[in-house]
Amino acid sequence: MKLFRIRGGVDVAHRKELSSEEPIMPLPLPSRLYVPLRQHGGAPAEPVVSVGDRVLKGQLLAAPQGSVSAPVHAPTSGEILNIGRQITAHPSAIPQPTIVLESDGCEEWVDLPPPIRDPFAASAASLATRVADCGIVGLGGAAFPTAVKLDAAARGTVDTLVINGAECEPYLTCDDRIMRERAGEIIDGVRIMAHALGATRIVIAIERNKPQALDTMTRAADTVGPEILIVAIPARYPMGSERHLVLLVTGREIPARRLPADVGVSVHNVATARAVHRAVRVGEPLISRVMTVSGGAVRRPRNLEVPIGALVCELLDAAGGTTEAPARLLAGGPMMGQPLHSLVVPVVKGTSGILALAASEIRTAPEQGCIRCGTCVSVCPCGLVPMEMAALIRHEKLEQAVAVGLHDCVACGSCAYACPSHIPLVQYFHYAKGRLKQLGHEQRRRDLARRLAASRAERLERIARAKREAVAARKAAAAAKKVAEAQAHGDGPVGSAAGS
Amino acid sequence: MTAETITEPSGPYAHADWSVRQIMLRVMAALVPATVFNAWVFGWPAVFLFAVTVAAALIAEAICLWLAGRPVGASLADGSAALTAWLLAFSLPPYAPWWIGMVGAVIAIVIGKHIFGGLGQNLFNPAMVARVALLISFPVPMTLYVLPTGFGLLAAPPGFLDGLVITFGGQGIPDALSAATALSAVQTQLGLGQPATVAVASAVAPWRMAAGTMAGSLGETSALLLAAGGVYLLWARVITWHVPVALAGSMALLSGLANAIDPARFPGADFTLLTGATVLGAFFIATDPVTSPVTRGGQLVFGAGCGLLSWVIRSFAGYPEGLAFAILLMNAATPLIDRGMRPRVHGRTRHGRPLTLERLR
Repeated sequence: MKLFRIRGGVDVAHRKELSSEEPIMPLPLPSRLYVPLRQHGGAPAEPVVSVGDRVLKGQLLAAPQGSVSAPVHAPTSGEILNIGRQITAHPSAIPQPTIVLESDGCEEWVDLPPPIRDPFAASAASLATRVADCGIVGLGGAAFPTAVKLDAAARGTVDTLVINGAECEPYLTCDDRIMRERAGEIIDGVRIMAHALGATRIVIAIERNKPQALDTMTRAADTVGPEILIVAIPARYPMGSERHLVLLVTGREIPARRLPADVGVSVHNVATARAVHRAVRVGEPLISRVMTVSGGAVRRPRNLEVPIGALVCELLDAAGGTTEAPARLLAGGPMMGQPLHSLVVPVVKGTSGILALAASEIRTAPEQGCIRCGTCVSVCPCGLVPMEMAALIRHEKLEQAVAVGLHDCVACGSCAYACPSHIPLVQYFHYAKGRLKQLGHEQRRRDLARRLAASRAERLERIARAKREAVAARKAAAAAKKVAEAQAHGDGPVGSAAGS
Repeated sequence: MTAETITEPSGPYAHADWSVRQIMLRVMAALVPATVFNAWVFGWPAVFLFAVTVAAALIAEAICLWLAGRPVGASLADGSAALTAWLLAFSLPPYAPWWIGMVGAVIAIVIGKHIFGGLGQNLFNPAMVARVALLISFPVPMTLYVLPTGFGLLAAPPGFLDGLVITFGGQGIPDALSAATALSAVQTQLGLGQPATVAVASAVAPWRMAAGTMAGSLGETSALLLAAGGVYLLWARVITWHVPVALAGSMALLSGLANAIDPARFPGADFTLLTGATVLGAFFIATDPVTSPVTRGGQLVFGAGCGLLSWVIRSFAGYPEGLAFAILLMNAATPLIDRGMRPRVHGRTRHGRPLTLERLR
């Protein structure tokens, strides 16, 4: 298959060999699970259980709120200990609404919704409803509710389904392992999604550094017919970036500020496809996922099937603990992952891995001056000039940074990875985006205050005017009365006060 | 937790094994073969001049850093000052007196670099600023070249003590040693009305131009070894092909065309590429990251501009070699080139508007 040209990108040290040969093992069931109510893009879910309730595995704990949201389900059976705020992996470190579930160790399942016997005869709407009810979100990391993507796209605009098996982030091997061990489930989920979307073309893109996954997936795809294309794509970061993957395999470039659906493409992760298969064929909600536990400070890197709500420390324990104090603890990969500040935070649906990196694996060199070498320009997959944006941001010229493409940056980190002066370019971009958002809020608040003040002034003016008019009318009436009385008495001036 | 959360560095947490120091060290490594060869060809005076230039640059750099309140040791260790001095020494006549190297190094570091704000801030290539300043201020010592002494070309090469006298004694160069560079010899011959063919043939044999056993500054000679260093830099990904190819290509194209039209007036492409500082300039000076454009397209424009201006100066102006001037002129144009040659942003047109969806349907 013809691949289209992608500009830029970096050859990262993959370090996938640390965990790529470790089969998926279940995490021993934790005694308590901390299930955040917001694990997805959109509004947080609303609890439908109360403290003290006994819940069964797979039972609905919280229902979605609004059009973009997702429900959360009980990862195991047990008792609801608490519904309140807990520190999660959320980057703000602000406690998030969370349900705490004490496991009873029985793993007793709730009555699951019946399997959809023949999904290819089912309507797109019924499939989307099932996916929504099962709380499935994009498992590639962004955690956008999958049903919303199936729904919006089901309006007949999507012709191509692109399945993302690139796994371009270093260290992470969970998608690789799923493709090797659950290829059949993935292929089935992919076909169900293609049916729901009405997509006629299915492309599964896998980086060349995963030959076994490519092989297994190709064989699994061959058993169902020729409609699924497995494509080996270059092992180059960030091939798994949605915009770039779409261009790479379809040649369609998503216009700025638009989504893949706008060019007739829907992109989903391989693990999401597997979750769709489970939801449709078994009726099972998304209550666990495969995560990679790796990094130089981890004794025995693993790929684990983890119930949502398990604590990071429990994952590390299952990987033999750490051999040294981790210099950096991350949820996700080293390029775009989130730093963790605590071991006692729960993993969520979007967590693809937990990395404990040793000091030798992370960027420690101090920032130096830019030597204008142009490396950031040549590696930027978005065609930006990162050094210039950073220089503008440094001088607080945020509008100019936007003019040269700040909002077109996907924050992949290729520039900062390659910079010989160790300039944390992405940090500048995050700062600028946050600052602009804040300025936007302030502007809106000022506008609102101005509008309120203006309408108050207008209201006061209206009241004053009404008062004046009322007074004038009263005076006029009094004068008229006087005139009438005078006329009645026959000695007053005629009509002199009538116009006052 | 909150305090360190706010000052937390953002990702990526991985980094390529790549630094400014590594870049500078690799460029220096690429210069070593030509340097060793030239030390042997020109003897002790060249070694002394080189040492004086580098030492003066390091001292000037240390003083500037100290005055600016920056960490002296760490910044010296990045190797940029040593590299500047190295390239400056390569552009000096090998038997020039010591103070030429010292004044040049101080000009390069203080005026060429730190006045602008230090590494990465300067608009002009510091080594070329120094070379041009020296050439204009001290035209006599800057144009006194000598024959190489290697390969038995000279009966008695100056020894260690003689070398000290030449560099530090202020005696000037013995007449028996002095010689003109190929470029200036040809320019003189052309000025006397000789056709270019005769002028080039009488100046120097092509193999000697390539090997470097001819009169000239350190960097004008040994085109082959410098080109080998340049190929190493390409292989080590310190530079890309854009600037060298555009520079050499435009020079070759122009001189080849001119030579085809009027062979009596213009030397051919081979002479143009092998003489003067063409190879040094194409691989080591015009590729200076700080003073060249950051985009690939911009680098092509920049390189082609350097080649064009250099050829024009060589062919029509008073100086036999114009690459230093050409590079400085193009340095001045670099901000403009960077502005005009941005890459196209993903999802947008060349003019920055979002792509239209109709294009796809």
